[in-house]
Amino acid sequence: MELVLSLAIGIMTASGIWLLLRPRTFQVIIGLSLISYAVNLFIFSMGRLRMNATPVLTSAGVGEPALYDDPLPQALVLTAIVIGFAMTALFLVVLLASRGLTGTDHVDGRERR
Amino acid sequence: MGGGMLILLMLLPFAGSVLVALFRSNARNVEAWFAGAVAVAGLILAILLYPSVADGGVVRSEIQWLPAYGLNFTLRMDGFAWMFAMLVTGIGLLVVVYARYYMSSEDYSVPRFFSFFLAFMGAMLGIVLSGNLILLVVFWELTGIFSFLLIGYWYQNASARDGARMALTVTGIGGLGLLVGVLLLGHIVGSYDLDKVLASGNIIRLHPLYLPAMLLILLGALTKSAQFPFHFWLPNAMSAPTPVSAYLHSATMVKAGVFLLARFWPVFAGTEEWFWVVGVAGLSSLVLGAFFALFQQDMKGLLAYSTISHLGLITVLLSLGSPLAAVAAIFHMMNHATFKASLFMAAGVIDHETGTRDMRRLSGLFRYMPFTATLAMVASAAMAGVPLLNGFISKEMFFAETVETHLKSTLDTVTPYLAVVAGLLSVAYSLRFIHSVFFGPPPRDLPREPHEPPQWMRFPIEFLVLACLVVGIVPGLTVGPYLHAAVVGVLGPETPPYSLAVWHGFTVPLLMSAVALAGGVLLYFMLRNYLATSQEGPPYIRHIAGNRIFERILVTLSWRWARLAEAFLGTRRLQPQLRLLVLIALIAGSLPLYRAGAAAGILPTIPVDPVFAFIWLLGAICAVGAAVRAKFHRLSALILLGGAGLVTCITFAWLSAPDLALTQLLVEIVTTVLILLGLRWLPKRRDDPDPMSVGTRARIRRYRDLALAVAGGVGMSFLAYMMMTRPATRTLGDYFLRYAYTEGGGRNVVNVILVDFRGFDTFGEIAVLGVVSLSAFALLRRFRPAADNVEQPHQQKIQDAYDEARPDRQTGDTLSDYLSVPSVIMHWLFPVIIVLAVHLFLRGHDLPGGGFAAGVALAIAFILQYLAAGTRWVEDRLRILPLRWIGVGLLSAALTGMGSWLFGYPFLTSHSQYADLPLIGKIPLASALLFDLGVFLLVVGATVLVLIALAHQSIRSHRTDRFVATLPKEDA
Repeated sequence: MELVLSLAIGIMTASGIWLLLRPRTFQVIIGLSLISYAVNLFIFSMGRLRMNATPVLTSAGVGEPALYDDPLPQALVLTAIVIGFAMTALFLVVLLASRGLTGTDHVDGRERR
Repeated sequence: MGGGMLILLMLLPFAGSVLVALFRSNARNVEAWFAGAVAVAGLILAILLYPSVADGGVVRSEIQWLPAYGLNFTLRMDGFAWMFAMLVTGIGLLVVVYARYYMSSEDYSVPRFFSFFLAFMGAMLGIVLSGNLILLVVFWELTGIFSFLLIGYWYQNASARDGARMALTVTGIGGLGLLVGVLLLGHIVGSYDLDKVLASGNIIRLHPLYLPAMLLILLGALTKSAQFPFHFWLPNAMSAPTPVSAYLHSATMVKAGVFLLARFWPVFAGTEEWFWVVGVAGLSSLVLGAFFALFQQDMKGLLAYSTISHLGLITVLLSLGSPLAAVAAIFHMMNHATFKASLFMAAGVIDHETGTRDMRRLSGLFRYMPFTATLAMVASAAMAGVPLLNGFISKEMFFAETVETHLKSTLDTVTPYLAVVAGLLSVAYSLRFIHSVFFGPPPRDLPREPHEPPQWMRFPIEFLVLACLVVGIVPGLTVGPYLHAAVVGVLGPETPPYSLAVWHGFTVPLLMSAVALAGGVLLYFMLRNYLATSQEGPPYIRHIAGNRIFERILVTLSWRWARLAEAFLGTRRLQPQLRLLVLIALIAGSLPLYRAGAAAGILPTIPVDPVFAFIWLLGAICAVGAAVRAKFHRLSALILLGGAGLVTCITFAWLSAPDLALTQLLVEIVTTVLILLGLRWLPKRRDDPDPMSVGTRARIRRYRDLALAVAGGVGMSFLAYMMMTRPATRTLGDYFLRYAYTEGGGRNVVNVILVDFRGFDTFGEIAVLGVVSLSAFALLRRFRPAADNVEQPHQQKIQDAYDEARPDRQTGDTLSDYLSVPSVIMHWLFPVIIVLAVHLFLRGHDLPGGGFAAGVALAIAFILQYLAAGTRWVEDRLRILPLRWIGVGLLSAALTGMGSWLFGYPFLTSHSQYADLPLIGKIPLASALLFDLGVFLLVVGATVLVLIALAHQSIRSHRTDRFVATLPKEDA
């Protein structure tokens, strides 16, 4: 499982970096989304993989850490998902505004000479 | 009691400044009265504080600010600070009166003037009253900023702007030096408290960091006091309104430098380094300032150089390291403030009444304004050091101190001679100031007919000149006790016996004074004819003016070098920047791995589930496919991106993170809708051209990017695998697991972390979300589509043409036919999704769900309605006010956080309890739930705001469409 997930993270990162370096704004926004998936999975995997465990406490009272998945990376990733959404939204709007202003969808706001 | 008065004294001018700024723009009288009242109140407070500081007492007031960093809001007043507080408020009051008449009644920005003036007064009081070094630097910089604003008050005037900028740059650089110096000092002493620093003189002088700390602090003091070689900003600051010069450049701002020197005198002085650095700077300023002053043609320019010279005198006295010299320095600070302020005001009166300050054009004004002339003569005589005036006494003390040899060196030997030369020059320029302006033939073709100023404009000058006289005749009776308080404030137990008598018998200093007086008169009459017609500045060296050098350096640094650096090191293109960023990240990531010798960990891996592997095979195909198709096939790239997102979501669910899976799924939907809405505004792209047709350079670029991408991917895989096969160190997570229920009152630990343990982070995050959605909204309000997107899309045209061709159909029918079944489902789902959102929200504390997920779910419910029936249909029936959702959400989160203050707990401490509801049973009722409600509302508002704003663009475009249709052909 670890190997599969690592490869998945690597492939998504590579696709993301490739798109990040492309000249069209739409490519960059897709690339950033792919990179954020990869990074979220990466942060999440820092809690180590565990199946059929849950961060939801099954009993009231003081929790026994050994029984549960590490909740901290999950909380971080949850935040990251929401902020990633905000970033995508803002980038999309900036992209559209720049396209409207300059008439091109090149990342520099003008076509390459 | 005393402490409270100190704080009041400190706050008054700033509060006054804010209030004055709100006054009507032509209320010159009201503003002057108000500013005057503030100054009077400050003066009264200072006077009331005198008994507490008279005999070496210190008034302190300390408010904790950042105690962990040794940074407290400490105010401290001793005799010396008291003397300065009196000068700042007293002369401030006089200048306010003067400015009331000086500022034109047609000047509609007078509130700005008085507002800056009071703020400057506050900053200056801050410097003298600070009991903490860092606080002192803060006020120091504030004086710099407000002096910038005051010097540049007539910003229409290029010389005012330049002068202001130069003053700010020079004193600002000094201020940075001071900050670093003070940090070093704090490091040496171990505290930033002024009292502690002043008590650690020996430690400081013997510390290896003594020299750098001293030099840096001197950089601050010497730039502020316009000492050589930083003197050039002061003459350029003369383009300020004269009340500003009278206040800043005689009594306050430039005195801040010598104030600092005197303040740190007990800890720094007495070493050879101090003597040399301070002494050389002071002596050069003393002599050069006086020399330059003699050759000025502008009255204010003469006074400015004379100020440099007199401050040089004070600096020399402070360099000597003898307590008696320090007494003379403090005394001269007072005296210089009185006579120089009155002279500046007199110069302002002449400028105001004649229209010029050029001494070549002015002459014989005595017959027009005899009263002002007499006042100016007395003040000039004090500046020259004529007996029976206050300037004489401190100058005598100065001469006496230079004759005393403190350290055996050439500098000591030449000091008395240079002192006499400077005295002689100061007599000459003082005489010139009077003689060329008030005597001689009547002036010809002045811009205005000269006459006496209004009585109250003269009053401040009268008052100050009277002070010069009284102090000069009976010093011991008038300023004696106050000077003593100030001296004790600086010197403490080291205070030497001194006498303030006018007559000390026939002594060497008296002889020096006599030589200076006679020589000065002689020199003036020798140079008189030359000066009457000469150019501005001294002969020969007028061309190497300091300000030219300064400008040259500034241009070189901030323009030439900056442009060179940009040309060689920078690019305005995004791609190279991103490429560099990726490359640096790669190197920074692999270097430590390479050094540490990376290898996989020892943790046993979980056996691969074939289903999981297959899902990720799909995921990988989606990711790579999105990368390949993003250029020419945007829609399919977007769908593939969604595929990759779904696989990520499944992975979260698979690996025991239901919360993440839920949120990821919902966010995925919203993101896809968002980008879909944006697709319409992107340019049409031709079909995939032949890949072989691109040039070699482009191909090389692509291979390079591919190599970077692959390297990045491999690196991430490697890193992830290595981490996952190493045992985890869980400390924080275990803490959260243990106490989530007992302290947070919830079983869903992730949710408890978000809304309780790390609630403050979440608060920041939702604030960011709100800000982002508002920015997106604002950007879209100004959105204008590109020319090729203005028309309706191709498909819509076909549909509409079909509808229009048939009489039984209306435009848009085809579209609604297509969506008729889905739209019914979407309408029916509306209440279902709302219930789901409420459910997710309510169970969030104990089970997967929570404010974020619920918020996004509700946003999806709204957006589905838009999709189902179109923007107009929805908005006719449903009023969603996303801005209010955002506002209420943020407020409710903040208020919940603040609620804990009522119970004496820190911000966002949560309280949990279970409540019994009939029918439903026991439900958890943590205050964190209220916080989560805020999160929920804000997420709904922010998401809906962006989506609606984007959706509205399609309606707006039709408007633009019509607009274009009405334009003449060639414009369209």
